[in-house]
Amino acid sequence: MAETTLQLGIVAGYMVVAAAVGLVAYRLTDRTAEDYYLASRTFGTVVLLFTTFATLLSAFTFFGGPNLAFSAGPEWILVMGLMDGIIFAVLWYVLGYKQWLVGQRHGYVTLGEMLGDRFGSRLLRGLVASISIFWLFPYVMLQQKGAGQAIVGLTGGAVPFWVGAGGITLFMIVYVAISGMRGVAWTDTLQGILMLGLIWAAVAWVLAAVGGPTAATDALAGTNPEFLALGGGLYTQEYVLSTAISIAFGVTMFPQINQRFFVARSKTVLKRTLALWPVLVVLLFVPAFMLGAWAAGLGVTVPEGGNVIPAVLNEYTAGWFTATVVAGAMAAMMSSSDSMLLSGASYLTRDLYRPLTELADEEPTERDSSTLVDRFWHALLAVAVAAGRLLRSERDREALLARAGVVVFATASFVASLYAPGTLVQIGDTAFGGFAQLAFPVLLALYWARTTRWGMYAGVGGSQLFYLASVFLPMVPGSYFGGWSASVVGMALGLVLTVGVSLVTSASPGENAGIYTVSATEGD
Amino acid sequence: MSERSDGSHSRFELLGWGAGAFVLAALAVPWFLWRDSTVVAGLPLWLWWHVGWMVLASMGFFAFTRYGWGVGIEATGDRAGTGEVDRDG
Repeated sequence: MAETTLQLGIVAGYMVVAAAVGLVAYRLTDRTAEDYYLASRTFGTVVLLFTTFATLLSAFTFFGGPNLAFSAGPEWILVMGLMDGIIFAVLWYVLGYKQWLVGQRHGYVTLGEMLGDRFGSRLLRGLVASISIFWLFPYVMLQQKGAGQAIVGLTGGAVPFWVGAGGITLFMIVYVAISGMRGVAWTDTLQGILMLGLIWAAVAWVLAAVGGPTAATDALAGTNPEFLALGGGLYTQEYVLSTAISIAFGVTMFPQINQRFFVARSKTVLKRTLALWPVLVVLLFVPAFMLGAWAAGLGVTVPEGGNVIPAVLNEYTAGWFTATVVAGAMAAMMSSSDSMLLSGASYLTRDLYRPLTELADEEPTERDSSTLVDRFWHALLAVAVAAGRLLRSERDREALLARAGVVVFATASFVASLYAPGTLVQIGDTAFGGFAQLAFPVLLALYWARTTRWGMYAGVGGSQLFYLASVFLPMVPGSYFGGWSASVVGMALGLVLTVGVSLVTSASPGENAGIYTVSATEGD
Repeated sequence: MSERSDGSHSRFELLGWGAGAFVLAALAVPWFLWRDSTVVAGLPLWLWWHVGWMVLASMGFFAFTRYGWGVGIEATGDRAGTGEVDRDG
């Protein structure tokens, strides 16, 4: 019991430090939305690198990923490297730099804002925001579930799941509501460095105890020789590629990552971050996932519903160290979740709430609604205007609403985490796939001036419907052409639909194809 | 790698950097070692390849930020054809 107290003390101590950082950030935060959401676009290299990095990391780095390596072999390192280290880095430039330039110029805070402005469409803006929030929700739930499980594992069940997950949720709500993007980014930096240091210390300690990497790998060759051979079992070539591609594109459309494309201080910051990316990914995932794989050779037993990393650390290192690593893992979960909550709230208020209240000023014009489609749009607009009028009395309280959004979002996902079915990886993978569907329409919108509003509706809507069907309808298969995931197939569908429909439609009134043209020296 | 006097990049450069990025992605996983289980210095050979390749990728990205940054994105007169003038220039 004394050990449990110590462990909880370490976790609590970490949270106190994070809270202090948040308070300092709060004192420096203006009361403007741009400062709250984007820290006034002032991030330097280290902060941007680590805040994006820490946000990418999640329960998966310490729990889900090593668990996979423990049960199926360490090849997930390759998936991570290809996905985060290479494809995401390329997209960091192709999408990120472009979005940064466009965002600097027009002052965008969210992806929906950027697209809505280009295509003159509130509907598109709302659609992108709604889709994003829809997928964000299960992912936040995943983080809370991970936190709850971590506390249960740490205390051997003395603290029940709902207390652990609930405590983390409460902390994040208070934290995000107070500190905004600046506080979130600063703690991300702290957490990123902490995680990196801890995972190397963990590997060094365990390897020292078992006689070095050669001995550990020999043991693994004895018990699970197939783990050392590349591929096999879970890992087909189609699986590795599908997973890496789908998640890499999905990551760029995650609200908390996408919003970071708007926050760099200068071009130089973006450049340095890009070059450091692959090395940072290797430094984190090789030790974390190898530790999971080695644990299989060392005969570590993982309790039902538990995680391999705490189990292996409990066996080979000190109790306080296990607690510190679990605190680091919770830091990872919180740094993902607090950013997600903040971005989710900004999508909610800027892309859904604010346009709706603006609509209140409009009269639904009595046009000659001859076609069925016209009538449908008209009815939809009338409903939106009515809702906008209903909410209008609140319009001056956007900042308050953003914080209320954080509370509602976090509380709902916490409740969901209590009943969440399936494993962490399954839920997470579904969300990444859902976000990945947005990537091609957005890329086309940014680079291909011929893209039309209807092309976007078709590409965004069609790919989402297909992917949703593959996830939720048993008769729609989840795998195609000998092992390619529905997510990758849906992405291709989104590409084809956006291009195809854009080619057969012409630009609607209100579209501004030139708005994304940016010039060389701008913004630096 | 050369920049023209107007600061624009040629289509050739765009293709070159694009091909480079593709190769970096294509060989991040050593497909030629599929089902190979050779162990070198305590780690599988395929993992060593991956680690080395990622270091190479970092160097490649660094080179890109030095010599290729702006390719395909920063529109100058001759490429976008919009005659866009820099806001601050």
